[in-house]
Amino acid sequence: MSGRQTPVENWETDFDHTDPTWVHDPYPIWKDLRARCPIAHSDRYGGTWFPSTHELVSEVAYDTVHFTSRAVVVDNLRPGELDLPAPIGVAPPITSDPPFHAIARRMLLPAFAPKKIAALEPMVRKLCRELLDSTSGKSQFDAADDYTRHIPVGVIVGMLGFPLEDADIFRQFITQVLEKVDMPGEERLDMFMQGEIETYLDKQIEAHRAYPRDDLTSFLLDAEIDGNKLAIEHVRGTMILLMVAGIDTTWSAIGASLWHLANHPDDRRALAADVSLWPTAIEEFLRAYAPVTMARLVIDDFDFNGERLHKDDWLLLPFPSANRDEKVFPDADRVILDRQENRHSAFGLGIHRCLGSNLARMELRVALEEWISRYPDFELSDPDSVTWSKGQVRGPRSLPMRILA
Amino acid sequence: MTSSKLQVAVDADRCQGHNRCFAIAPEIFDVDELGNAVVIGDGFVDDTLATKARSAASNCPEFAITVTEVGQ
Repeated sequence: MSGRQTPVENWETDFDHTDPTWVHDPYPIWKDLRARCPIAHSDRYGGTWFPSTHELVSEVAYDTVHFTSRAVVVDNLRPGELDLPAPIGVAPPITSDPPFHAIARRMLLPAFAPKKIAALEPMVRKLCRELLDSTSGKSQFDAADDYTRHIPVGVIVGMLGFPLEDADIFRQFITQVLEKVDMPGEERLDMFMQGEIETYLDKQIEAHRAYPRDDLTSFLLDAEIDGNKLAIEHVRGTMILLMVAGIDTTWSAIGASLWHLANHPDDRRALAADVSLWPTAIEEFLRAYAPVTMARLVIDDFDFNGERLHKDDWLLLPFPSANRDEKVFPDADRVILDRQENRHSAFGLGIHRCLGSNLARMELRVALEEWISRYPDFELSDPDSVTWSKGQVRGPRSLPMRILA
Repeated sequence: MTSSKLQVAVDADRCQGHNRCFAIAPEIFDVDELGNAVVIGDGFVDDTLATKARSAASNCPEFAITVTEVGQ
């Protein structure tokens, strides 16, 4: 199929993760699929599967024999057209398979380990406070435009050592990658082939080669695998990964948590009154509003839980649906701030566990702490005008707030 | 000594560095340079840390932590 998608009438046989009904509120659709059709199929995007239960999502996440991560964003491009040859993929290590995956990941992990990330907390807090300062005196503003969307991009751009005023370049690129997935394949290929982002990254890489500094760009340029510097495609690919995976996702988690709190006065009062609730509350927001659905490609024809999967079929990996599975999380659709047992998979499961999870979790906590301490009481000024992002990352893109106190 | 002890263990093959255990019980777990969990010391903890040990285990997304009672 080419062109924008037609409306979905049957979620079991013709689902589309960019359909307006799904984008508006996917949870009832997923709940129904978990109960009646745990592996749904659609011919869209050249053939796509949707396993919706925690059990099935886990099984796919742990299976690197039958599923490849070579491409992780479902779109109308036939898999492979843009990819580097396996096993590196276009944005290592998220698009890499074993054994190269472990090598590329191991190199990056120390930069994102808990203690390294803790050192960035003062910078994030300062950024949040400055953003809130600029809302000072306004009784109504858009929390997505004026607050949430600036936080992760500021952090990632700062970590890479790029000029902060270039943040818009990233935001535009990310929207193209993650949201414009329903455009015709050829149009999308043309868009990527223009290579604007590569030209920009090459400029930053040259600047860092001339004047190395203490940031992730210089870290990647210095890094070695088996005594060799990384290929330039690897450096650029990892930069693209950090931007695509580190910005929209965290922005979405912060926004969805604020959206929840705007709708639940009891929860915001509880959080403002009791700091001991915060650790479980943050994990509960991550569970209930996990922003990221991953994807895999089927490596070869094989039978999977009674379905025949075919080579190059897409398969969405909906961690947000796994997190709402009543078999694993009692009262799964309710946010319980002190939920004691919470093995959520917001950051994935298995070898591709989100590299930036410690960073994302810290950003989410600091952004909410600073917001609640500045604005303990608030509500949506126009609930109907809240819009949600389309595709595999879910979060509010417009969030009109009225400040009450 | 009347109380029983608990033995805590992390399965290194299962651990993917989610960091939930270290956040819940830094008295029991540490993380290495890659962010993967390790148990501090010999892994034996007393009653005062039992709740934290069990909480760490029941919040591990990868089911990598086991807590076993060791008779006295």
